[in-house]
Amino acid sequence: MGEFAYVAPTSVADAIDVLQEHARSGRRVQALAGGTDLLVQLRGVDKAPRTIVDVKKIEETNRLDIGSDEIYIGAAIPSALLNENAELKALLPGLVEAADLIGSSQIQGRATLGGNLCNASPAADTTPAMIANRGVCVIASGGGSREMPVEAFCTGVGVNALAADEFLLGLKFPRPPARTGDAYLRFIPRTEMDIAVAGCGVSLTLDDTGVCTAARVGIGAVAPTPLRVDAAAEALLGTGVGDAALAAAGVACTAASSPISDKRGTVQYRRKVVAVLCRRAGAIARGRALGAA
Amino acid sequence: MSKIHVQTTINGEQVDFLCPPQQSLLEALRETLGMLGTKEGCGTGDCGACSIILNGRLVCSCLMLAAEAQGQEMTTIEGIADADGLHVLQEKFLEHAALQCGICTPGFIVAAKALLDRDPNPDERTIRYWLAGNLCRCTGYDKIVRAVQDAAQQLAYEA
Repeated sequence: MGEFAYVAPTSVADAIDVLQEHARSGRRVQALAGGTDLLVQLRGVDKAPRTIVDVKKIEETNRLDIGSDEIYIGAAIPSALLNENAELKALLPGLVEAADLIGSSQIQGRATLGGNLCNASPAADTTPAMIANRGVCVIASGGGSREMPVEAFCTGVGVNALAADEFLLGLKFPRPPARTGDAYLRFIPRTEMDIAVAGCGVSLTLDDTGVCTAARVGIGAVAPTPLRVDAAAEALLGTGVGDAALAAAGVACTAASSPISDKRGTVQYRRKVVAVLCRRAGAIARGRALGAA
Repeated sequence: MSKIHVQTTINGEQVDFLCPPQQSLLEALRETLGMLGTKEGCGTGDCGACSIILNGRLVCSCLMLAAEAQGQEMTTIEGIADADGLHVLQEKFLEHAALQCGICTPGFIVAAKALLDRDPNPDERTIRYWLAGNLCRCTGYDKIVRAVQDAAQQLAYEA
């Protein structure tokens, strides 16, 4: 069984030491960022003792850099901080909106993109938006560090690709080129604070005649993990992102989905709704790309 | 298991306490420090009754480990009134009868304080969205929203 312990390392090396020591001894260990999922699980579904490694005292998890080529968001940056950053909001409005959809003011003060991803819920709102924006996970590892596209990170419901001696440092996104827009939409039965029945993130780049030269589409809550849907992106490429192209992208999202029926929605309903969300998110992303010209 | 020594600042005062590693900050406030103003509703971050202001940010104390409070600064409901008397928000909650059973009230007051600290003149929509993480099962919210609006006006008048 073991006992509970709490450590708050102040460097990547110290955090890796703790993880490696636990990997060797077989004792359970878990990284803590905002805690809005972990603390709930600790009180309910999973009370087993473990060492909790608070990663919020590490410099690399607290950085938010908007560079000329790349945007880096540390794994400990809370949603509220993203929402207060006007430059980030202008560059990646869909991603910031996805983060802003999660929980109340209180939750926004703690919850992080990194935690949302590591928790690996199929319905995580920020994951499809990160996939659409070509997000890359920066992972601290016993062997140094490694990177992985966001769409490869979740390997099953509640399971991620991190090895025992690894933790997520942050997320990188290419700085969007000119005439690029993104959007994320989800469907919930209420107006606020609920878990997605389906979600879709879209990022588009248009040339100066309005033709789509780059596209990425991510979907959530319609498969065991959030998915990148290349067929949807291909339906938009080379088009003016009109109704027909958006409809084709939506069809591709439906085809890629493999949802379950639960209290939030049936298989049939989710497959239909994800197409609608793709069309609408695509239209918003197109509008933003034109506005950003 | 060994307890963790935490040094933190609560309502302007340096506080030291010991906590088990898995204890929530809410439990430490209520059970170790005897600060019973902060309430436990759901214990899962849904109801806002345990709201505190941590380093200027509104958070649920039930969703933090007590150990995470090391070196931080927090304001609880006990720190809202000062030596001269109630905070305007507290006066307006009384004036507008914006409470019945009172369990949610400390959380609402703390959340409303966090809002007015950053936005002294919020419109009704902003107030309703900001307070959406605070649940009240008695009043139906209208009186609470009016009390916050009135407090904002009063604070603007006094400024």
